[in-house]
Amino acid sequence: MVIGLGHYLTVAAVLFTLGVFGIFINRKNVIVILMSVELILLAVNINMVAFSTHLNDIVGQIFAMLILTVAAAEAAIGLAILVVFFRNRGSIAVEDVNRLRG
Amino acid sequence: MTVTAAFFYLFATITVASGFMVIASRNPVQSVLFLILAFVNAAGLFLMMGAEFLAMILVIVYVGAVAVLFLFVVMMLDVDFAALRQGFLQYLPVGGVIGVIFLLELILVVGAYAVDPGLVRSPAVPIPAPDVMTNTEALGQVLYTRYFYFFQAAGLILLVAMIGAIVLTLRERVGVRRQDISKQNARTQETAVEVRKVPFRQGI
Repeated sequence: MVIGLGHYLTVAAVLFTLGVFGIFINRKNVIVILMSVELILLAVNINMVAFSTHLNDIVGQIFAMLILTVAAAEAAIGLAILVVFFRNRGSIAVEDVNRLRG
Repeated sequence: MTVTAAFFYLFATITVASGFMVIASRNPVQSVLFLILAFVNAAGLFLMMGAEFLAMILVIVYVGAVAVLFLFVVMMLDVDFAALRQGFLQYLPVGGVIGVIFLLELILVVGAYAVDPGLVRSPAVPIPAPDVMTNTEALGQVLYTRYFYFFQAAGLILLVAMIGAIVLTLRERVGVRRQDISKQNARTQETAVEVRKVPFRQGI
């Protein structure tokens, strides 16, 4: 039983789908939506590393590291916006984000 | 070989299961803890693929920084999470249909792919054998030379994120009396003390 590229790609595909599914079913909770985005980025990273090691090319791991950087920055900014929003409105429900609607 | 397969299925199962619990758990604190579990097991998968440095970075950056940041925010905000779960079942059918379609498409892609043999023959930067050079060293030799500008751009992104997060969350509270050292030091005897002649039995 050899664990090949397809196995890792399947894990990544399932994880990606779980992330997208999480965004759909937790439409009111911004924190869980942010966590779902992290899951999606993790799935992309697994894909990157899987192809990198399968094709014997280290560039994929470099790009996985850059994705990790962007994911960390995104989490920091997203949570900062969340904290400011909670301070102003006292709620983090997505349907309360309607101030620009007029 | 069976040990490898067993570890792969262990890591993969726990990763997927905890990924499911992240989106299905009632309590966001539990969601964050399951997210940490998913990251740690994904790091195990990375180790099995041979990307040791990325596995360690995943544990340090994701578990040590991002997940703890999530945990802080979840515990700091006083949110009624039960109210946020209203409509969970309402969105379940649509989300389920879209998720299943998406998963089927991805599985079709994964099942039908074929890597171009030319790609395998000519990697841009081949991975050196583990006994020649460690994974960390190999990554560094590529990252600091060939992808130097990408590395700098990553640093810029982190800088912007750091400054942005500070600027967003910093607030000047009005009505709080703080110590102002320079103001204190600028006081002289003339501005601070007033000598008055007090008439006898009258007061000021």
